[in-house]
Amino acid sequence: MTATAPSTGVRLSGISKRYGTFTAVHPLDLSVPAGSFFALLGASGCGKTTTLRMIAGLENPSTGTVELDGTDVTALPPHKRPVNTVFQSYALFPHLDVYENIAFGLRRRGLKSVRKQVEDMLELVQLGDLARRKPQQLSGGQQQRVAVARALINHPQVLLLDEPLGALDLKLRRQMQLELKRIQTEVGITFIHVTHDQEEAMAMADTVAVMNDGRIEQLGAPADLYEQPRTTFVANFLGTSNLITAEVLDASGDELALRAADTKLTLPAKRCTGTARVGEKLLIGIRPEKITLTPAEDAGTVPEGRNRVTGRITESSFTGVSTQYLIDSPVAPGLAVYQQNIERDSRLAPGAEVVLHWNPGHGFGLDAAQRIEAGTDVDLGEGPS
Amino acid sequence: MRLFTWVRRHLVVFAGLLTLGYLLLPNVIVTVFSFNKPNGRFNYQWQRFSTDAWTHPCDVADLCGSLSLSLRIAVWATLGATVLGTLIAFALARYRFSGRSSAGTLIFLPMAMPEVVMAASLATLFLNMGVSFGFWTILIAHITFCLSFVVTAVKARVMSMDPRLEQAAQDLYATPAQTFWRITLPIAAPGIAAGALLSFALSFDDFVITNFNAGSTVTFPMFVWGAAQRGTPVQINVIGTAMFAVAVLCVLAGQLVGRRQKNRRRS
Repeated sequence: MTATAPSTGVRLSGISKRYGTFTAVHPLDLSVPAGSFFALLGASGCGKTTTLRMIAGLENPSTGTVELDGTDVTALPPHKRPVNTVFQSYALFPHLDVYENIAFGLRRRGLKSVRKQVEDMLELVQLGDLARRKPQQLSGGQQQRVAVARALINHPQVLLLDEPLGALDLKLRRQMQLELKRIQTEVGITFIHVTHDQEEAMAMADTVAVMNDGRIEQLGAPADLYEQPRTTFVANFLGTSNLITAEVLDASGDELALRAADTKLTLPAKRCTGTARVGEKLLIGIRPEKITLTPAEDAGTVPEGRNRVTGRITESSFTGVSTQYLIDSPVAPGLAVYQQNIERDSRLAPGAEVVLHWNPGHGFGLDAAQRIEAGTDVDLGEGPS
Repeated sequence: MRLFTWVRRHLVVFAGLLTLGYLLLPNVIVTVFSFNKPNGRFNYQWQRFSTDAWTHPCDVADLCGSLSLSLRIAVWATLGATVLGTLIAFALARYRFSGRSSAGTLIFLPMAMPEVVMAASLATLFLNMGVSFGFWTILIAHITFCLSFVVTAVKARVMSMDPRLEQAAQDLYATPAQTFWRITLPIAAPGIAAGALLSFALSFDDFVITNFNAGSTVTFPMFVWGAAQRGTPVQINVIGTAMFAVAVLCVLAGQLVGRRQKNRRRS
């Protein structure tokens, strides 16, 4: 027994998993506050599912410990851990009906009268009239709800969700996201959600940990991760980022002065990871929707104090709510810019010369030693990771 | 013209009926002749209707004794082969051990090997070991050849089972024993049942292997074979018809139960 702050739901200390010479999870430390909705986000094969399975007890960690609510459970088999899992593709028992699937956990713990609880749970997931159906007679969304109900009825300390929405179509997935979030708020149990869908992670979780190659790249609230990624992987994997290589001219003040292909740019020093030294390179990141486009002939109307870069539109695609442009610029090829369709300027068409400008405070600085395209070419397959 | 299209539309039905007729004609003959009262010892020509054989099935010497022996052997062989075969199937499907793939291949040999070869080699083995032929040698031989069928049927079922089902059970507080009884076994059950049914049928009507390893013991197939040389009592037809009826009834009952379950689920 190790005493920890009671507010910690799950604490992983130095946990790792090796299969022979392959390291699926490098030693990592993680604490998930009790009652929070936590997401492990990463591409397939990044070690997120292995981490989840070590919490459930379905994998033995090679090193490190798992603590639940301050109790070390590393040595406990899965059936003795107060944790329940919603499996990828649900793993509902095919020979039992919905009612018996949901009652399974209660019965194994020796409860005799399960009727009331099962009926309440069927109510919570809105499946009351399907209690006597077999799983294979249900739609994907209904099966998903049975899987959630089967786990939640046990009031686990932690609910683990392994890509629970991966098998659903987009519309149903959005709907189930809201539903899961509602259920989590209602029952107040700690949820740890594994997903490769960055939108899903950001929409549902209080805290997101981005995993890559068996390591946690960055951890934080979705908005913080999005506004200030600390690695190129996070910048590219979580939404889209424009990354511009620039040389540091002056690092003395609060504002860094930089130069990219003869264009002067600035960046607040506090929005830069690591220390910037004069003469060295760094990457300036800027999200596509933070950039404003102005036709070159109106360049004079661009307010002072904004970073400005020239370029030519190569592609534009209209998506209804916004128009997405690709722009070749001397500072970087293929810059992405999203403009909301409030007042559409007909001059912003492919071939047009434009000025791209943004508030320097919206940029972020990254170490230039990283692979600039990390996180853009990842496999989002839904296989076990 | 209209007749021609009608025939063409229902060609599949005709083909099906013809096949069924071809398959069932021998059974019909057996059934019809079980009500015959032959002149002499051979029941090959229809004489006149009689229920004598049905009312006195055990009147022929040794017939009922051999039948009950065959049934006993079939039950025990089924039990032995099913238990052993299920265990072997789980071991082969679930665990990685040295000799696993060769064990898997060897298990199939009795199925592929000509029966007479296996019969002769088993007989040689028993002779060399000084085991006296009888009930036990027959039982051992039957378990041996039934085993492969059980292993094949169960292994297919276990291999196709999602390993996450067992993990889910453990995740829901089931101990390893509970996981086996509540999840693994019920899901593997259709495979086990198929293996057991096959074993029973194979053991009950086996002649070649039994004949080599029976000594002076006579099972039902051996009795029929022996009787055919001296004359065929009508009682053989009675037993045959009864077995066929029991099998058909079992299938019908199974379908009825299945349909009722489906209806209950739907309502």
